[in-house]
Amino acid sequence: MSGIRIDAIEKRFGAARALEQLTLDVEDGEFLALLGPSGCGKTTLLRIIAGLETQTSGRIFIGGRDVSALPPRERGLAMVFQNYAVFPHMTVYENVAFGLRMKGATAAEVNKQVERAAGLLHIEPYLERYPAKLSGGQRQRVAVARALAVQPAVLLMDEPLSNLDALLRLEMRSELKSVLNSSGTTTVYVTHDQTEAMGLADRIAVMHQGVIEQIDRPQALYERPATRFVGGFVGSPPMNFIDMPVKAGLARLGDFTNPVSTGRDTITAGIRAEDIAVVERGGLPFDVMVCEPLGATLLLTGRVAGQLARVAVRPDAVVAPGDRLNLEPSPGRIVWIDPANGKAIGQAA
Amino acid sequence: MTNNRLLPYLLIAPATVFLVLLFVVPLVQTIALAFMDNGVASLTNFRKMAGDLNFGLSIGNTFLLVLAVIPLQICMALVMAMMIQKMDKGRDLVLWIWIIPLGISDLAAGLVWLAILQDRGYVNTVLNMLGLVDGPVNWLSYEAPVSLFVGVVLAEVWRATAIVLVILVAGLQLIPKEYGEAAEIFGAGPWTRFRKITLPLLKPSIQSALILRTVLAFEVFAVVYALSGRNFPVLVGEAYAWQHVNQNNGVAAVYAILVMAISLAATVIYIRALRTPPEMQP
Repeated sequence: MSGIRIDAIEKRFGAARALEQLTLDVEDGEFLALLGPSGCGKTTLLRIIAGLETQTSGRIFIGGRDVSALPPRERGLAMVFQNYAVFPHMTVYENVAFGLRMKGATAAEVNKQVERAAGLLHIEPYLERYPAKLSGGQRQRVAVARALAVQPAVLLMDEPLSNLDALLRLEMRSELKSVLNSSGTTTVYVTHDQTEAMGLADRIAVMHQGVIEQIDRPQALYERPATRFVGGFVGSPPMNFIDMPVKAGLARLGDFTNPVSTGRDTITAGIRAEDIAVVERGGLPFDVMVCEPLGATLLLTGRVAGQLARVAVRPDAVVAPGDRLNLEPSPGRIVWIDPANGKAIGQAA
Repeated sequence: MTNNRLLPYLLIAPATVFLVLLFVVPLVQTIALAFMDNGVASLTNFRKMAGDLNFGLSIGNTFLLVLAVIPLQICMALVMAMMIQKMDKGRDLVLWIWIIPLGISDLAAGLVWLAILQDRGYVNTVLNMLGLVDGPVNWLSYEAPVSLFVGVVLAEVWRATAIVLVILVAGLQLIPKEYGEAAEIFGAGPWTRFRKITLPLLKPSIQSALILRTVLAFEVFAVVYALSGRNFPVLVGEAYAWQHVNQNNGVAAVYAILVMAISLAATVIYIRALRTPPEMQP
């Protein structure tokens, strides 16, 4: 049992609040991603869980044990750092063995675990080399192997793939997922890359300005964002936000109408680029400005009643800049957002 | 094109000329002086030096001083650098105060400690006030070799630890803090982190500090001279005495060459013993 309970954690740097009263449960064996733009407090939260940073108030429980006041080495966790932090003066073998040696494991146990971890991450050929002789991707593998060698109850990862090139990142991502799936390690993974979070995590906590905007499964987060921020941050291209005037319980823009429940006279429709069909007549008038063939889709950027919007259409569609199209969003997939507070309507957020 | 190719050489020419005139030429002359006697090649000067009463004593004293001062300075500077590293506020102020002795010439430093340690100095005044001694005690006489030695060590440590500190602080700042954090996460306590992470990664800086300090320590003179005159003979002090008191620049040159040889040997030993292979550098 090694779930993590984050109980009303707050962190202030002088007058500035980095984290505001965060409460969060990570279940045993779960992979949770902390997703947010830089400066949102996700790394601070991770470092507080690790014990590298001290919270201003609040408590951290790991496996039911209050570790709030314990130094990092007594918290029973492992961590992978953004810049790897692989010790340059030790061989790869000694790096991977480091945690085990600190625990006073026997030589046989060290050997067994190093070989297991090295096997998982395919670094057996480099065990006797020094990290300076390795590529970035190989060093990253060493850092992960070092963390897995101690068979931690909890694994913390701070943007572990951000220093790798795009192709390597994709490869490491799927490899990480399969390695961590089989080990069943409770993992907290910090990233600013929403595709990474979507691809890896069981659940994603989207953070913004020191608060958690929404926690949910990746698909739910994508389809039903609780706030405008989440809709705009998760998914590529970001969700479209189109303001529509409301009259008598009906949102109307161009020839498009939809019943909505709001007391305000404007409402924001959050619509994903792929949830829009191009129709013969009616719907939303869309003036195409830019066409980007992305292979799987053709991405159109343009304006709906002066508001920026992106639409993904079939790659073989014949569209040119300057065209006017008629768009019909699928009503069931629209997220209606209160423009005053940026929160989705009809959701417990 | 021609201009561009010549320019680097032109730019380094003044420094090169300066060094050749004021370093290489005197070096060659010194070597010539050492191996000559009345214009004939001979080892007379070496024999004179070896036969002198103070020769063995000055070698012994110099090595004793180096062996006492250098390890003490390295340990103290390490402790001080680690303490500074942990500070948040006032770090620069403390560092600034700690390196003040760097700005003081070694003769002045020797005089400062003379004022403290001489028979009517501050130490005796305080001890007298506390009733621990009756009247002035001569701590720096040749009859009190232990206290004289301790006095010289104190002055040297006070004067020259700062340069070691500066080198080590600079070295510590080059070590990314993630290494220590990673070690901490994986179970290393403070002492283990210091031994297994900080110390090995600081090795290049320690090597530089050791070379610099050891070479300078073998050249120790002004502090010793201020505190003891010739009661505590050291190598450079003997060179000075042969040159100016005995008016024999041949033997003085031999002493100078001896000091240079010892310094070179120490440097070679440090470079060999504390080598960091390129593959182990970050």
